[in-house]
Amino acid sequence: MADVELRKISKSFQNLKVVHDIDLEIAEGEFVVLVGPSGCGKSTTLRMVAGLDRPSGGEIHIGGRLVNDVQARDRDIAMVFQSYALYPQMTVAQNMAFGLRIRKVPDAEVTQRIARVADILDLSELLQRKPHQLSGGQRQRVAMGRAMVRQPKVFLFDEPLSNLDAKLRGKMRAEIKKLHQMVATTTVYVTHDQVEAMTLADRVVVMNKGRIEQIGPPNDLYHEPASRFVAGFIGSPGMNFFKCRLEARGDRLAVVLGDGTALAVLASRTARYTGHAGRELEFGLRPEHITEQRERPDSVDIKVPVEVVEPMGMETLLHVLVAGAEVTARIDPAATPKPGEMATLSLGMAHMHLLDLESGKVL
Amino acid sequence: MGPTRTWLLIAPAMLVIGIFMVLPLFLAVAYSFMTANPYGGVTAPATFDAYLQFLYQRDFDDSLVFSPSYALIILRSIYLAIATTIICLVLGLPVAWYIVCQTPERRRILLFAVTLPFWINTLIRTYCWILILRDEGLANGALRHAGIISDPLPLLYNDGSILLGLVYTFLPFMVLPIYSTLERIDPRLIEAAHDLYAGRAAVFRRIVWPLARPGALAGATLVFAPALGSFLAPDLLGGGKKLLIGSLIQMQFTSSRNWPFGAALSTVVTVVVLTVFVIRSRKAQEDLR
Repeated sequence: MADVELRKISKSFQNLKVVHDIDLEIAEGEFVVLVGPSGCGKSTTLRMVAGLDRPSGGEIHIGGRLVNDVQARDRDIAMVFQSYALYPQMTVAQNMAFGLRIRKVPDAEVTQRIARVADILDLSELLQRKPHQLSGGQRQRVAMGRAMVRQPKVFLFDEPLSNLDAKLRGKMRAEIKKLHQMVATTTVYVTHDQVEAMTLADRVVVMNKGRIEQIGPPNDLYHEPASRFVAGFIGSPGMNFFKCRLEARGDRLAVVLGDGTALAVLASRTARYTGHAGRELEFGLRPEHITEQRERPDSVDIKVPVEVVEPMGMETLLHVLVAGAEVTARIDPAATPKPGEMATLSLGMAHMHLLDLESGKVL
Repeated sequence: MGPTRTWLLIAPAMLVIGIFMVLPLFLAVAYSFMTANPYGGVTAPATFDAYLQFLYQRDFDDSLVFSPSYALIILRSIYLAIATTIICLVLGLPVAWYIVCQTPERRRILLFAVTLPFWINTLIRTYCWILILRDEGLANGALRHAGIISDPLPLLYNDGSILLGLVYTFLPFMVLPIYSTLERIDPRLIEAAHDLYAGRAAVFRRIVWPLARPGALAGATLVFAPALGSFLAPDLLGGGKKLLIGSLIQMQFTSSRNWPFGAALSTVVTVVVLTVFVIRSRKAQEDLR
């Protein structure tokens, strides 16, 4: 096991800079997820850690050793590829043994390690099969097994679950988490799926356009996003945003929406926002903080027309119009109104965010 | 689709194959068991003479005398075809690999370059080698000019020049099928191998070669079969001194006027090539399993 440290890592392809001076420290045994939309540079960053791409600038340290000039095969990291990259001409056992054979690990130990990992991953019955005889989920497990038998310093996962169907993805996600709790090897995991990021990570690194937007534990990112990008990317359905104007009303502040609706800001937030009074800003609120009418001291009620009703069973998603903007609310299924009706909804102002329109930063 | 329509769609192809391949093949086999007509063509009666001619010559008193000269020509042809195949493989695999590693744009250009010789008549291309290799040719001229030699090297009219001509003619048939198999390899397979401690040699031996093998086998048959029956390169570059099967067959139907022997030789070539095909497809099936 080892820690991983990226210092001012950048990567350009020809004239296109895809990764901009990234700094990231990953502690020994930590599970870090790089998440972001496609083209955000997360896979390129992972490939640089793996040694498959060379950084254009900066330093990569694994276990305290500078590895910029160290070949992939000498880094002692194990990568799991999105396409699994299993060798079609080899059996499951041969695939898993491949790295060990090249390292000239004695036969007895190879057999023993494969047996142990196959047992953990439930592959024992499949060892003599060829990859084309396996299902997607089984191939994925073989790819993980091939990495695990090596007992590497660091595991790298490049979107390992994106080729699986939703149900299997959920199952494998839990498997990966369980495995990490068991072996606790330093892991860097790349995905575009924020649910995977939230559920798996000790710390999530949100990337956008080759830069790190925010680093933090999943719940911090969810509740205290640093920017509009993170606020919109993490959580599903995404956060609602409204154009607004922050106005001083006596010694209190109020968020005034486009149609003149004034939402009183909690007194506890006055100090934080008071400097921005009079500015045009953006008001952000997650769907679960727009609910059916509830008697709570921190909530403000509004009356809005219902556009679409989506019953999900445990909750109902409501698409409503607030000040001309379409907004998603999550309400109690018992309180479901009908499309076209007016509904009274409560806004949980304790969870509000105010964002700078230009920089997109959360204030 | 009904069976009638299926048949209608297959019929033209079957007809072409039947008239232009199966029938001539059948005729060749049939002719090989006939007696030669001294004015060309064949006459009755049916005999095995043509096949006996491979190993024996009929003496004046009608007794058979062992004579290995034809058998040697056949063996030498097979040997040269095998050598051609091996050289084409050794040259073709790196070329195919190099092309696969290029950007899509450059791949198109390079593939076009590989097929470029097909646009020029084989006879002309082969004849060019005479101009290059002969005593007063480009190669000897250049060497003499550079002061490396004073007397011209005997570059033409030997097994080496025949081999050169064969390799030159058939190399694209090796490059193209290998390229098409290599092109389908997921580049992640190579990256994964590097990740799994493999160096370049190990990647080639354990990953690239096993995956390229079906293409190499296809290429080997595509080179071996025509190389075995080829007569242009042996005739022009071998100077007609060193006979190969192809030239021998051609002679039987022209100057020698011994159609049954020519037909028997053709049959032997066909049998050898078919044997290679059968072995190959068996092997390909094993690879699939």
